[in-house]
Amino acid sequence: MNKVLLIIQREFLNRVQKKSFLLTTILVPLIFPAIMGVMIYIVIEQSKSTEIEVVEVLDESQRFTLKETRYFRFVPAEGPLDSAKAKYDSHAFGLVYVPPFDIKDPKGFTFYSRENATMEQMEDLNKFFEDQVRNMKLAQYKVDQATLDALKTDIKIRQVTKGDDGEEKSSSSDMIYVIGMVLGILIYMFVLIYGIQIMQGVIDEKTSKVVEVIVSSVKPFQLMLGKIIGIASVGLLQFIIWIVLSFGVTSSVLGYFGLKTPQKEMMEQVSKQVDAGDNAQTEPQQGDSAINENLSGKKASTERLQNETLQNFLSLPFGKIIIVFLFYFLGGYLLYGALFAAVGSAVDSVQDAQQFQFPVTLPLLIGYLSLFIIVLRLPHSTASFWLSIIPFTSPVAMVGRIASGVPAWELALSMILLIAGFLFTTWIAGRIYRVGILMHGTKVNYKVLAKWFMQRG
Amino acid sequence: MEALVARNVTKRYTNHTALDNVNLTIPANRIFGLLGPNGAGKTTFIRIINQIINADSGQISIFGEPLSEKHIGTIGYLPEERGLYKKMKVGDQLIYLAQLKGMTKAKALDKSKEWLKRFQITDWWNKKIEDLSKGMAQKVQFISTVMHEPRLIILDEPFSGFDPVNARLITQEILALRDKGSTIIFSTHRMETVEDLCDDIALINKSRTILEGSKKQVKDQFRSNTFSIEHHGNNFQLDPTRYEILAQKVIEGDLYATTIKAQTGIKPNQVIRELIEKTELSSFHEKLPSMADIFIGLVQGEDEIALRTHLQESI
Repeated sequence: MNKVLLIIQREFLNRVQKKSFLLTTILVPLIFPAIMGVMIYIVIEQSKSTEIEVVEVLDESQRFTLKETRYFRFVPAEGPLDSAKAKYDSHAFGLVYVPPFDIKDPKGFTFYSRENATMEQMEDLNKFFEDQVRNMKLAQYKVDQATLDALKTDIKIRQVTKGDDGEEKSSSSDMIYVIGMVLGILIYMFVLIYGIQIMQGVIDEKTSKVVEVIVSSVKPFQLMLGKIIGIASVGLLQFIIWIVLSFGVTSSVLGYFGLKTPQKEMMEQVSKQVDAGDNAQTEPQQGDSAINENLSGKKASTERLQNETLQNFLSLPFGKIIIVFLFYFLGGYLLYGALFAAVGSAVDSVQDAQQFQFPVTLPLLIGYLSLFIIVLRLPHSTASFWLSIIPFTSPVAMVGRIASGVPAWELALSMILLIAGFLFTTWIAGRIYRVGILMHGTKVNYKVLAKWFMQRG
Repeated sequence: MEALVARNVTKRYTNHTALDNVNLTIPANRIFGLLGPNGAGKTTFIRIINQIINADSGQISIFGEPLSEKHIGTIGYLPEERGLYKKMKVGDQLIYLAQLKGMTKAKALDKSKEWLKRFQITDWWNKKIEDLSKGMAQKVQFISTVMHEPRLIILDEPFSGFDPVNARLITQEILALRDKGSTIIFSTHRMETVEDLCDDIALINKSRTILEGSKKQVKDQFRSNTFSIEHHGNNFQLDPTRYEILAQKVIEGDLYATTIKAQTGIKPNQVIRELIEKTELSSFHEKLPSMADIFIGLVQGEDEIALRTHLQESI
């Protein structure tokens, strides 16, 4: 056992002391915020420098009031259409032709321009005409603003779930979705990245031929185990640093631009949805006192919702989620790590590893894809149940559903099967590994692997 | 006392038998040459001693005890396929490998410094293996093999990769280790090494031990009573029923070199006595077969009589 500790220590220190470890550990969390920062910067700069384009409007319906919007200043054009079309480009960005139209079915609006208008410009253009047509309709149906506001309905259904203990808890499906997704992705990434590192490490030992010296001092199985655990501890350390760094850096970058972190964003997601449907009419520029009242009411309701969201967030069983996450994080890593070690032992180079790497990563990939296709959307379906029970997919699938509440017996069964699963893969991998690491230049296929597996002592 | 005794050791793989009832006795405090052509089973045998793989059947005892895990620190192993961690520093590497053999960290530190000093390479301590030349890395590997003071040292082709100067240095170290009480097992194809260094040998061929004993015993077993003499004048006659002249040539003036073969049972002293009466003798020595000749002859599957003829011709 003491020797396994020595191996773990070497694997750990050797990796952590490398310059590349320092670089990736520090740079990776910087990359994401840096990209985000650059993009936000570009968007902000762009919106600052937006030029207002002049657009002529040939309004044959005589119904529109021309004014200035975010992208355009509308000016009337002289008809008829053909002459307006011929000369608009000398002094304007484009020309809008509005034919006489039926208010119930407005059509025939055309925008002529030399350059293609951007998507945002087109949206702005559409909105300008839509808003006015809408107002015309309101007038026609004799609906005033007050009635309209009164019609507006907000119902936020509070979700309450009953736990195993019968206790009722308020919950939020959005939050459950996001938590499940983040945890699932983390496990998938961790298993894949560090699994491949194990494989690489085994191949390195094999090609540098140091392995024969090592196995004259320790059992091949001890070497394999030490390597897997050593790399796991490197991975855990790196992950912790990443999480701390990316959280810190992201919030400071976003804070610089006066924006909120994705975490905060997420918490406000729910309240935002309620606000959806807000449009120009509630914009404060209109200065209507009724609207102001309405706005302050909204504000209050938003605050209330935020509080509730926060409460829901805090009422999630975090202790349980963290413990389950760590369990599947390590369980999944050990299960796949052993298989990656076996793949590494069977080949002489990383290139040769491709053919065996695929079947090893396939179940992991299935788990990852089904996380998005099934587990997150239907966490209580039969498919999700099986995905979170079968050890090869359970690490990703179970953390994907854990926040939505998993019956205790399912969790227990899944955990027991995962332990059994990694003991099983470690046993198989160990048998292949002990033979594989001493083989050089052998052409390996599945038959050979089976032979190694069966080989005695 | 025996350093190692192997009894009926057998190891089978799916398609072939690597060792077939191999018996070997390796006396303590000697240099033992384990010989055999490629694929004979030497590496398998060495791996079994190192407990890298297990034998299917048979017993191995080491210094009188059955081989077990506690003997890992008793053995030092230099495999034919050399290798160290490329990215690891020399000092760290030596300490790590010694610790795996059961040495404490403090002792490993002392010992590794002592050995680097001995080889006058103390400034390598912080160098990575990948920055060393092949010969330099070999030296480090040799140190790692013997640093934990093993009683049994197994060296597989220890001189490959060394220049003559370093090969001599390593030879001296090997002899010093033997003199300090270690037993050394050599596995090699270089017959001059065997002639120079080995006290005892065993020849494994096709998974079996076909020859075993001290170097002298083995040579005696294959001596053919052939003598090489130098003498003045070529006009002597020997009894053709008892002697056969195999070859004769002029060295210079009337100095001749002659190879004669005596009938079995005639002792060298007797030959000298007879020659002195008949010619002016200037040198006399018995031609013993070289290890290379014995090796090649036996491996090519010649029976003893054919081998003797072969050896005689090659002399």
